[in-house]
Amino acid sequence: MSADAIPVDSTVAPQPTGSTNKPIKTTGLHIGEAEPGCAKVDPILVVDNVRRTFGGLTAVDVDHIEVPRGAITALIGPNGAGKTTLFNLLTGFDKPDAGKWTFEGRSLSGVPAYRVARMGQIRTFQLTKALGLLTVMDNMLLGAKGQSGENLFRALLPFLWRSQEEGNRAKALDLLTRFKLDTKKDDYAASLSGGQRKLLEMARALMSDPTLVMLDEPMAGVNPALTQSLLDHILNLKAEGMTVLFVEHDMHMVRHIADWVIVMAEGKVVAEGDPHEVMRNPAVIDAYLGQHHDEDIGEDSDVENQHVSAVKELLDDER
Amino acid sequence: MDWGAIFGNAAVELISPTTAAYALAALGLAVHFGYTGLLNFGQAGFMALGAYGYAISILTFGFPVWGAFLVGVGASVVFALILGVPTLRLRADYLAIVTIAAAEIVRLLFTTNTFSAVTGSANGLSGYKNEFAALNPLAEGSYGFGPFENNAYDTWLRIVAWSIVILAALLVWQIMRSPWGRVIKGIREDEDAVRALGKNVYAYKMQSLILGGVFGTIAGMIFALPRAVVPSNYQTTLTFFIYAILLLGGAATVLGPIIGSMIFWVLLSFFSGFVARAVEAGWLPFMTSVQGGQLRFILVGVAIMLIVIFRPQGIFGNKKELSFVR
Amino acid sequence: MLAVLFVTLLAAFTMATFSVTSAHADEVGTEYDFTLSGNVQFNGDVLKGVAIDVKGNGYQADTVTDAEGKWSIGVPEKGSYEVTLDEDTLPDGVIVAKGGSVIDTEFALTDRKSVNFFLGEGTRNTVNFFDQFVNRFVNGLNFGLLLALAAIGVSLIFGTTGLSNFAHAEMITFGALATLVFSVNFGLPIWLAIIFAIVLSGGLGFGLDAVIWKPLRRKGVAVIPLMIVSIGLSLALRYTYQYFFGGSTTQLPGAGMKDLQFGPVSLSPIDMASMGLSIVVLLAVAYFLLRTRIGKATRAVSDNPSLASASGIDVDNVIRIVWIVGAALAGLSGVLWAYFRPGVSWDMGFQMLLLVFAAVTLGGLGTAFGALIGSIIVGLFVELSTLWLPSDMKIVGALVILILVLLFRPQGILGRKERIG
Repeated sequence: MSADAIPVDSTVAPQPTGSTNKPIKTTGLHIGEAEPGCAKVDPILVVDNVRRTFGGLTAVDVDHIEVPRGAITALIGPNGAGKTTLFNLLTGFDKPDAGKWTFEGRSLSGVPAYRVARMGQIRTFQLTKALGLLTVMDNMLLGAKGQSGENLFRALLPFLWRSQEEGNRAKALDLLTRFKLDTKKDDYAASLSGGQRKLLEMARALMSDPTLVMLDEPMAGVNPALTQSLLDHILNLKAEGMTVLFVEHDMHMVRHIADWVIVMAEGKVVAEGDPHEVMRNPAVIDAYLGQHHDEDIGEDSDVENQHVSAVKELLDDER
Repeated sequence: MDWGAIFGNAAVELISPTTAAYALAALGLAVHFGYTGLLNFGQAGFMALGAYGYAISILTFGFPVWGAFLVGVGASVVFALILGVPTLRLRADYLAIVTIAAAEIVRLLFTTNTFSAVTGSANGLSGYKNEFAALNPLAEGSYGFGPFENNAYDTWLRIVAWSIVILAALLVWQIMRSPWGRVIKGIREDEDAVRALGKNVYAYKMQSLILGGVFGTIAGMIFALPRAVVPSNYQTTLTFFIYAILLLGGAATVLGPIIGSMIFWVLLSFFSGFVARAVEAGWLPFMTSVQGGQLRFILVGVAIMLIVIFRPQGIFGNKKELSFVR
Repeated sequence: MLAVLFVTLLAAFTMATFSVTSAHADEVGTEYDFTLSGNVQFNGDVLKGVAIDVKGNGYQADTVTDAEGKWSIGVPEKGSYEVTLDEDTLPDGVIVAKGGSVIDTEFALTDRKSVNFFLGEGTRNTVNFFDQFVNRFVNGLNFGLLLALAAIGVSLIFGTTGLSNFAHAEMITFGALATLVFSVNFGLPIWLAIIFAIVLSGGLGFGLDAVIWKPLRRKGVAVIPLMIVSIGLSLALRYTYQYFFGGSTTQLPGAGMKDLQFGPVSLSPIDMASMGLSIVVLLAVAYFLLRTRIGKATRAVSDNPSLASASGIDVDNVIRIVWIVGAALAGLSGVLWAYFRPGVSWDMGFQMLLLVFAAVTLGGLGTAFGALIGSIIVGLFVELSTLWLPSDMKIVGALVILILVLLFRPQGILGRKERIG
């Protein structure tokens, strides 16, 4: 993979990437060598010296990360690597011990979660937070930005917010149709299946036209029949000009749709690069297989680690 | 067995100002607990602030009725702010205990002899009704029929009390149908989800606390007008009774607190009237009439347990929207 | 006729004032037109050398009573003044009995006003601050220890089942009521009555768990509705107690024993027995939790029920034991509370409940040792605050501390912080 300074613009003609068989990858995102903390041509998120400890345990210790704009970046690593903690820190759901980071050039350190969301950085959660006691449509309307009826005093005067509500409703219906949830719009979100709730959470996130969508394990607990459609939706986000950063364990998904991969282990970034290169990186293999180096990991072994077998699979694929 | 009197006395409770006061306090608690999920156990404190705020403004400072009203409401907002700052970031159980503590601090401050010149300490305050009575447009005489007959002051009080309740109900109904209400209901279920959508959750909870608290305070004023202001009325048990009413009617509904209050007081009156006369008539030789009064409250306690276990959504509630039963 | 009366009265007045003025030896402020004066005597004896101070309208003056116990202070204005008798200058065994040593007085129609103090027999409380502090400290410790007995139960029940048990108040009252019935109605010796009461309390805990709490847990009822059920239960039990025992307060046998003095500290034998018993029982509970298998299992379940269950601990059994032990401890706490207040009444547990919750929350919900520390702190605060606050506000101090601690350390002293998703 050459280190081009000129990025190949894959969003010139937004093609329906309905076929995940051949997603168009964005290349040339980085400057210089593909190593941890390498600079990007057009970074949307820049993270510096962020540390978070719990008691004596260092959960996150990141020197430098840059997330490229307009691309799909995957954040991977074994359990306990600090991925979700980093997510929480970047989105304002947790406070770091030290560090700073900027989004679109604006500093986010110390900014509370709701303000981060308003700035255009929307996140989803590992355990889906579709609000089950509200209808699907209400969930969507909640996602909309700048609804003046959400102010206590203006709420009392419907004529002030009625038309905005209608506009939001139309937009919501549009999104729901795209995600194939339109027939369920008046049902309580609790009546949706797990996968449908994931889709709802994603659709809801789009109501505010975010710039950066951060997905925390979007595939977790999703029935395999739905994974295809979820992947398509994520690719669509890129097609519409949004940047995506997601945490995942599913290596196939990562290899298929990620343009860039950042690998974390024990709180630090151990590798960065194109998905294929990263899989071959010895530091990455070490991180996943490290503790089992001396042992024979065959089918007979008691130590069956999901990640281990997945990485092994990919290595085999590459050969 | 004077059934006429028993039924009559019970029926009167339907429109009594005490029923209105409890309905309004329960409406406030519906905003707090039913719609926002705030476990506020200090509603009695808000009511005490209303009653004392009004009475002290009239007696010690000589304010007119509307001035005394504003003082009470102002005290309520300040109390909600002071209460909100430490508690709104806490988990539900902690919030319950802290709000009880705050309400008890308020009651103890009103009971202590240190301020008895202004508060009347344990004896409380009275003699503040004239200013309100002076606003009465009704002429002297009797209004109503049968057991619902009242003099001009009592009728005026009922009109004002229930008008306020209806206004409050309309306000809650409108606001919960609005986008603001939608955010509140989201917060009730999952704060982090709502936060991730760009809403300032803390501000919404504070607004809810203030709104419901102001209702509680006005309820306290209505409660105090037909009687004296006595601090022992505002113990934690008062909050528990309001919760009983709220749960009976339906925690996240507008009609629930109102109908719940009516049913509560009608049943309570009917029961105590029945037991008192039954004891007199010798039907219950093992009980005294004092014990009859206590039996009522035993039943309230049992009723609370049964409602929460078997029909937590109350009469008007929607089970699908219930957030505290998960 | 009227005129004669008037003149006589006038004469009498003038005579009186003349006689007062002429007999004075210690006068102050004679340049002024208006005078405050008085006579200090006790049991027919005049008291000399008693200091009197007058303050008001920007003026201050003082004097001492003369050989005839009289004093007089001239004042510049005919208004209101504050007259203080310095009790330190009274002879031993004499104090101001009624009305206080500070009197607010105001001139009437004449230029002279007489001010008198009511003296009586008694000793002044000349206890210095340090001694009072130590005495209150020990009492606070006593209260804190009996509070801890109840608080540990609440904390363990919360830790193992998630329930904030409002009905704990009635389990506390139960112990006292049972002791009352056994000792007064059945005539048992007090130590036996207490033992029976504690056993019965444990039984009550077992019964409540078996009949109410376990079925609700099975049904999967969430924590908030459980709490509300406990509130309803608390209400029902409390009024049931009132139904059978009435609204008055009764004393347990042996209450009201006279205090013994140990230096600055005054404790009755009951207080000492209470503290001793509390300490012994608390040590036993600590041993149970730290050393025995079931105790360790209890701490494991209290810390993390699902993890404990996954490691093979019989959670239901642990919870049953927690209810029995917690209720028994609450019963004992009730007995000691009955001797401390003193008195047994239908709502005595409820009066204590808020402080129990404050202690548990302060120490950290779910940890037994947190409950102990929180209880000691609350107990000390309640008693020590009377040095500065009026005694009918003594609970306020503890409650304010609770709110402040939660502001800065929401998980309490020993509690664990919770992470987000």
